[in-house]
Amino acid sequence: MPHLDAAYNLARWLTRNEHDAEDVVQDAYLRAFRFFDGFRGDEGRAWLLTIVRHTCYSWLEKNRPAEVSAGFDEEAPAEERAGFDPDMMVAEGGNPEAIALQNAQRRILNQAIAELPLGFREVLILRELEDLSYKEIARVIDVPVGTVMSRLARARKLLRQSAPLRAMSGLPAAEVKP
Amino acid sequence: MNCRDALDLVDGYVDGELDLVKSLEIEQHLGACPACKVQYDQVRELGSGIRAHALYHAAPKGLRARVAAALPREPASRMRAWGWRGMAAALALATLLGLGFGLTLLQPGADERLAREVVAAHVRSLMADHLMDVASSDQHTVKPWIAGKLDFSPPVEDLAARGYALAGGRLDYLGERGVMALVYRRHAHVINLFVWPQASGADSGVRSDSIQGYNVAHFTRAGMVFWAVSDLNPEEFKAFVGLVRDQLASAR
Repeated sequence: MPHLDAAYNLARWLTRNEHDAEDVVQDAYLRAFRFFDGFRGDEGRAWLLTIVRHTCYSWLEKNRPAEVSAGFDEEAPAEERAGFDPDMMVAEGGNPEAIALQNAQRRILNQAIAELPLGFREVLILRELEDLSYKEIARVIDVPVGTVMSRLARARKLLRQSAPLRAMSGLPAAEVKP
Repeated sequence: MNCRDALDLVDGYVDGELDLVKSLEIEQHLGACPACKVQYDQVRELGSGIRAHALYHAAPKGLRARVAAALPREPASRMRAWGWRGMAAALALATLLGLGFGLTLLQPGADERLAREVVAAHVRSLMADHLMDVASSDQHTVKPWIAGKLDFSPPVEDLAARGYALAGGRLDYLGERGVMALVYRRHAHVINLFVWPQASGADSGVRSDSIQGYNVAHFTRAGMVFWAVSDLNPEEFKAFVGLVRDQLASAR
């Protein structure tokens, strides 16, 4: 059963729930096997992710329709304001404070990604965690390659400006960084 | 390159997705423009932050076994290759099937289930290159080939003289048994005619409906069940079904 981790990772990020992700993955593999006999090489991963994504959307439309359309305004200009400082993600040294800080930051980053609207979250996950090319992402989410680039740019901008990360910029703990 | 262009392209640059000319242009701009350079650094560092710290949710332990248990023993489809176009059709179909649809003319229950299978088999046959196992317009080639594979000898007629050319045949799987699929062409349209023997064998009239844009019709004749499916327009499709029935009547 190829690409199970990739399938689950995408489903987990899109549904934001372990049990729902498992159901979606099972359904997606059934669909995949019903229609096709084999998976080929690495192209097979993008193809399978297409089915997983599609299954996620079907599931979300049925169970949480609000999430599918919520907050997905591609055209609205992003406000320019002081954003997240990625340097803070780098905790150096092995002291307990640094590790605790890093854990807190990790939690905050994951929360910020999880709070992105679905349409932005998916391109970010496919690019940064699944390492798909723009062309592959374009196939998976069925939009032109140019749209992938602009949507990804906007996803990153939203993430930098998102409440959890901005709140983190103000954390006094951030000053501890060596 | 000005700042606006550079900011539009900076994500593509970070992701290594720009062509050589654009890459060189933006490189030059970033070297000369501190403001854009800050944007570039932010995008790049955010990316490494995500890759380093965002959770990659690996599949939980039991999931592999659970999915494996849910899968059919053998793949239902005999397709050896798949393509993106075929996939799109399959997904569209899967969605439609998932949403459910009402069949008005076909009998509910067994007929409806079978109709779904027939449409699915038709769509599958158009994907990749598995329309035909034997490509021949010669009924004397198609018939023995199929007879050698199945436990029945189906009636095979070329209807080219009437505008419906026999293009070949293939084995398929419907209603939990191996069936013959005869492939006919009318202009650019493909018609799949599925045939298999039926125990009860009583002749029946034509029942038809349209499912997701495909016309579907079935009838029983001479101990054989016939299901036809195509995206052909309803008039020509109906004419085809009529022709098949006429041929069967005259062959007896």
